[in-house]
Amino acid sequence: MAGVNRQVLPGFSLTLGYTLFYLGILVLLPIAACFIKAASLSFDQFWGAVWTERARAAYLLTFGAAFVAAIANLLLGLLLAWVLVRYSFPGKKLVDSLVDLPLALPTAVAGLVYAGLYVENGWLGQYLVPLGIQGAYSRLGIVLVLIFVGLPFVVRTVQPILEDLDPELEEASASLGATRLQTFRDVILPTLYPALITGFALAFSRGVGEYGSVVFISGNMPYKTEIAPILIVARLEEFAYGEATAIAVVLLVISFSMLLLINLLERRSMRHER
Amino acid sequence: MSADGPSVGHRATAPGSIRQAQQDPAWVRWGLISIAITVVVILVVIPVINIFVSALSEGFGVYCDNLFADSDTRDSIMLTLTVVPIALVANLIFGLAAAWAIARFEFPGRTLLTALIDLPFSVSPVVAGLMFVLIFGLQGYLGPFLRRDGYAVMPYLTSLPAVVVFIVTFFLLQPRREKERRGPWKHPKLALLAGSAFVFGLFCFGQQYFEVWPRNQSLKIIFATPGLVLATAFVTFPFVARELIPVMEAVGPDEELAAVSLGANGWQMFWTVTVPNIRWGLVYGIILCNARAVGEFGAVYVVSGHIAGQTDTMPLRIEKLFQEYNLPGSFAVASVLTLLAIFTLIAKIKLERKVPSADDHPAMRNAPEAGK
Amino acid sequence: MSIVIQGLSKTFGNFAALDNVSLEVPDGALLALLGPSGSGKTTLLRVIAGLEVADSGAVLHEGEDITDYSARDRKVGFVFQHYALFRHMTVAENIGYGLKVRRTPGAKIRERVDELLKLIRLEGLQTRYPGQLSGGQRQRVALARALAAQPKVLLLDEPFGALDAKVRQELRQWLRRLHEDIHVTSIFVTHDQEEAFEVADRVVVMNQGRIEQVGKPDEIYDHPATPFVYQFLGHVNHFHGRIQNGRLRLGDAEFPLSSREAAQDAPAIGYVRPHEIKVRAEANGAPSIVAIIKHMNTAGPLVHLELERADDGGRFAVELTREESRQIPLQTGARVFVELRNVRVFAEDNQALNPNLQAREETP
Repeated sequence: MAGVNRQVLPGFSLTLGYTLFYLGILVLLPIAACFIKAASLSFDQFWGAVWTERARAAYLLTFGAAFVAAIANLLLGLLLAWVLVRYSFPGKKLVDSLVDLPLALPTAVAGLVYAGLYVENGWLGQYLVPLGIQGAYSRLGIVLVLIFVGLPFVVRTVQPILEDLDPELEEASASLGATRLQTFRDVILPTLYPALITGFALAFSRGVGEYGSVVFISGNMPYKTEIAPILIVARLEEFAYGEATAIAVVLLVISFSMLLLINLLERRSMRHER
Repeated sequence: MSADGPSVGHRATAPGSIRQAQQDPAWVRWGLISIAITVVVILVVIPVINIFVSALSEGFGVYCDNLFADSDTRDSIMLTLTVVPIALVANLIFGLAAAWAIARFEFPGRTLLTALIDLPFSVSPVVAGLMFVLIFGLQGYLGPFLRRDGYAVMPYLTSLPAVVVFIVTFFLLQPRREKERRGPWKHPKLALLAGSAFVFGLFCFGQQYFEVWPRNQSLKIIFATPGLVLATAFVTFPFVARELIPVMEAVGPDEELAAVSLGANGWQMFWTVTVPNIRWGLVYGIILCNARAVGEFGAVYVVSGHIAGQTDTMPLRIEKLFQEYNLPGSFAVASVLTLLAIFTLIAKIKLERKVPSADDHPAMRNAPEAGK
Repeated sequence: MSIVIQGLSKTFGNFAALDNVSLEVPDGALLALLGPSGSGKTTLLRVIAGLEVADSGAVLHEGEDITDYSARDRKVGFVFQHYALFRHMTVAENIGYGLKVRRTPGAKIRERVDELLKLIRLEGLQTRYPGQLSGGQRQRVALARALAAQPKVLLLDEPFGALDAKVRQELRQWLRRLHEDIHVTSIFVTHDQEEAFEVADRVVVMNQGRIEQVGKPDEIYDHPATPFVYQFLGHVNHFHGRIQNGRLRLGDAEFPLSSREAAQDAPAIGYVRPHEIKVRAEANGAPSIVAIIKHMNTAGPLVHLELERADDGGRFAVELTREESRQIPLQTGARVFVELRNVRVFAEDNQALNPNLQAREETP
């Protein structure tokens, strides 16, 4: 941790002042505006906006799809991280870099191409649709794009922990007579729990807020494939600002709680390392 | 840490350090490898190939027409090229300031500030857009005022930079030694307050006197370029700062202290020592910020109003073409953004090796003895 | 006086790094701040350089109070422990930096850089980057950089700490000679007493934010002022006994004290270095205590013995030359007679011990 005396290096009050100013204007003020607007609604108005049948269906889908996708990311991420750290195979570097593509690719592009791939005459849809698997304009489609969008998170949180894992732990376990599977389950996996939880939470909270890709693939049918952000946009297009804000506040509160949880988990896992 | 993107520190592993006891049976190894490759192929590789195949499905000529002959598409490219650099520069300046304050100094609320910087990551982009509509939209808090006489704020807004310039100049001209401080520098707080008020008043008055801005006209922020810039800046707010803070901490303050003890002033130190030391981290942050800014959809979608040729950025254009069943056109725009993403990825890999991380400088001791 | 320090105090949290430190550094001195880690020596150096701000106290430079001056106005050269060379600048750019930022003309900078390169014997390496130099070369570049703007004081933080033993040895002698040539007042921080004694002409021993002793190297070694200084400068044996008639009484034997302290009849600790103990196979009338050899190591130029006192079981170490060890038959388990020379007793210990012993006497 750094901590140079303010009288020794220049620019402390200037940079801190500007940071606070910019943060306040661009971030805190708009967030406050959102909460103030929501507070100006009466309780009945608020409740009427956030607890309609359509809104409930949207929350359920938003958090359900994000949860399922984050679980899938947990498993795929662990697998990818394990393969990338432990094995060598041709094309490994390419696979390693492709994992980051979802961070760089605009989500709208991802939504567009996924919708194209999984329709009945798409590259993958032509095999899947006859089997009854509807990848586009369905809830499955939403989960698919959320898996894509959240792919890097678990891989990139687990990978460094796995790299730093002391090989002697596994040697000790093997010399005590454990099988590989037992070693993995009892020795390796527990040390990865904090990273796995962090990665899961990151993928989940990204999935909850995701809009750009979902809007292409979901078909946006109320009660069926409408996620909460799409519902907000729909309310906005009806100029129902109050209702849109109420739903937005519900999302915000849940996202901030997630953020808090992530921070607590990270702090705990750091304490564990010491 | 938080909701978007792992940070730079990680690098690819050096294999060959796998010991006997860590070895898995061959069938497990190859089984897992093939599953992993399949996952990456289905999730990432096939979509990327599909984008280019779909974009070029009607030949290269049509592809070029789709991109450059359609005036709305052309305008969307131009709009993205306007909005993104402005948001980028704003976040860059903020990122540098925040990283300097947080990585070099200890102050109460430092941890809280670091957490607040990450806040935009956990705000759904649509909600972010909504916030700006609530403030600047027609029914928003500032809406009636902006519609009636929106340009009335411009004198005040443009006077703010003048005040900043004044404050910076004041400190730059201030004699270092206490006893050499005369005139306004004897009572710096009073002089700053009075001077700022004077400069602000002078600029406001001047602009109003010469009628620089139109009267009684509405100033559009939502459904116009300023709204797009605000929304983009909000969504990409943390990127540069988050990249720079760990880099600056890893580099440590020693070289800057050396520069100061050799007689450099703040400005000289910043340009000759700080910037060269963090330059790769800076470039890295800019590239990530740029990728996200160009691709931003949700927040921009809400504030844009979808006026073709005026407020459609490239991702919005993709959606509009998609809704119009113009798939080749849609994929053509998408292919450009995909190329940018691939470039970003390559740049990221190249830069990751150059960005200093904590393990590169085990010798860097940031605090004096007491810190141990 | 080149530098005068008056009552400096500095705390980090609730850790007192400097506790009311005062010191005078004469012109042209080469002074070592010696102490264990956490003793405040580096903090003191950084406060002098203006890289740390003290909570209270003053720093005077040639009579001028520079306490409130920023680091850039102090005209001190500071050599950082890990050099802090600008990694993106060449050797020449690094050395010339202090002149460049003070807007010295280019030709003058080049002249001075060449002069300094000659001084540090790195001619021909001016276009290298710090990453391409060895540790010793980096150290010398850092030194040249600090000297370029002709500082009035040169400050070095653990200048040899990050180097391996052989290079360290060479650089010590080189620094000593360099100081003789340029004669700029220099202060360096070290935790290595051998280094301090070899290089410096004055040594300041620090502990827990306070100055324990100031003096020439031989003064400090021969006449340590406090138990801390005595223990810090080498191995030491403690003998618990009583002071009687100006002598230390251990059992029946009385040993003369090397310090002339007005010690009364009181419990005390005698400090004796391992090489100031004489071992005999038989008593010869001189005062001695009886001990048993528990362990011996005869490898190397010195013979190391670990002995146990026959009376109270206290263990102590003895170093003999091979010459001495050949004169007496030594083997593990043997009884020997031990004579102590140069026994030192410190007043602080007496104060600390007395209440202790009173308590023991009350509860038999």
